[in-house]
Amino acid sequence: MSIFKETRNLLGGLGITLRHMLAKPVTIQYPEEKRTLPSRFRARIVLTRDPDGDERCVACYLCSAACPVDCISMQSGERPNGRRYAEWFRINFSRCIFCGLCAEACPTLAIQMTPDYEFCKRDIREMIYEKEDLLIDGCGKDDSYNFYRHAGIGVTQPRGEGLEETRPVDARSLMP
Amino acid sequence: MTADPVDIALFAAKLGAVFFAVLTLAAYLVFAERRILAWIQDRKGPNRVGPFGLLQPLADVIKLLTKEDLVPAAADRWLFYLAPAMAAIPALLIFSVIPFGAPLTIAGHTLPLLIADLNVGLLFFLALSSIAVYGVAIGGWASNSKYSLLGGIRGLAQLISYELSMGLALVPVVMMSRSFSMTDIVTAQQSMPFIVYQPLAFIIFLISITAECRRIPFDLPEAEGELVAGFHTEYSGMRFGLFFVGEYINIIVLGGLAATFFLGGWHGPLLPPVIWFSIKTLAFAFLMIWLRGTLPRLRYDQLMHLGWKILTPLALFNILVTAWLLFLTS
Repeated sequence: MSIFKETRNLLGGLGITLRHMLAKPVTIQYPEEKRTLPSRFRARIVLTRDPDGDERCVACYLCSAACPVDCISMQSGERPNGRRYAEWFRINFSRCIFCGLCAEACPTLAIQMTPDYEFCKRDIREMIYEKEDLLIDGCGKDDSYNFYRHAGIGVTQPRGEGLEETRPVDARSLMP
Repeated sequence: MTADPVDIALFAAKLGAVFFAVLTLAAYLVFAERRILAWIQDRKGPNRVGPFGLLQPLADVIKLLTKEDLVPAAADRWLFYLAPAMAAIPALLIFSVIPFGAPLTIAGHTLPLLIADLNVGLLFFLALSSIAVYGVAIGGWASNSKYSLLGGIRGLAQLISYELSMGLALVPVVMMSRSFSMTDIVTAQQSMPFIVYQPLAFIIFLISITAECRRIPFDLPEAEGELVAGFHTEYSGMRFGLFFVGEYINIIVLGGLAATFFLGGWHGPLLPPVIWFSIKTLAFAFLMIWLRGTLPRLRYDQLMHLGWKILTPLALFNILVTAWLLFLTS
């Protein structure tokens, strides 16, 4: 008879809710307890340095071009040896949507995302981070990569000194 | 009652205590519901205001009182003002006929632990529970909004489908205790609560008063999935709060009635009578919350079907069987 089946279903449902009532809640009490975030979590953006301690950013504008909300702006400059750098670099975090496209676009691994998601300010202008605020002392996620060891031929080191390079061949000496 | 000042003082104290207890209990039932529903859903619920969130009802009341009291431009003003009171006051009044403890004797004065020992207490309850639905209907009508109106109409239509079976489920109780007075009904259950003799009537009564509370699975007048908030869509601030608290007073009162009619009232071994009554009432309140966390809302026609085609015939059949058995044993 269907009434017995339905009564059993009803009691079964009550049993399930009772079991969940006695189970431990999954809630994390946020300000007191915090979960450990994965290292690839996308939050506050930083500018990292290469292993030698020089800043990685070469002011190529790829991050600001990739940014869907246009929150990154900079002015490129050039050192006497031809090495490019950012004269100023600015991220407006009040616009940033933490999509991570800038970090993906970056050819030198300079711009990276960190798991630090807790930053808020009373004054919205304080959400505009300048280069000094963004630049950190470490290498971020890759502690061996140095762009100018692999590319930017002839800018910071003579031709042929790069890691994947061979020394240039003297065409005149290449006799058959 | 003679105009003895001690009697009057005792009565006033009793009145104040009951008022305070019922309203506080209703406020904390809101809190309990939020916590228990949260546990059912693997959450923690409100636990920020005070230790374990125990001051949450106070915070809710402050919030409701300081909210803007909004009356829609097209609303029928006076009915709109009146409706929340009509929903909450009958619920409170019903409590006046529920005996919540054995009579006390203080300094030679006997103090029956109920407000008014009416000899038609049961009929008084049935009448008032029908009036309470006018709050819903009038609130829905006076708001002049389509959702409210639909909620109000549903409230009335729901009333006619469960009220009949609720009344009929109580007939066997009256037949067995041979009285409409709540005190006599409780006294008749001194040896054995009526639930033992009348399990079917108890189940019918339980389903009917769940509908009377207008709670899931019978919360058709509210039906937040379909009607925004049903009859109280247009209400804000403490007027909404009155509807809300009325619902919870209703749970307590109907829990008290279920205890009185079927579970032996304040009778029970070992513990003091008032404690037994509270346990039975709160167990019913817990059942209501538990059901809310478990069941989906019935469709409109399903409620009608349940009320008219199943509960009412069953209740009538139960009356016949009870009458036959009583006739045979007498």
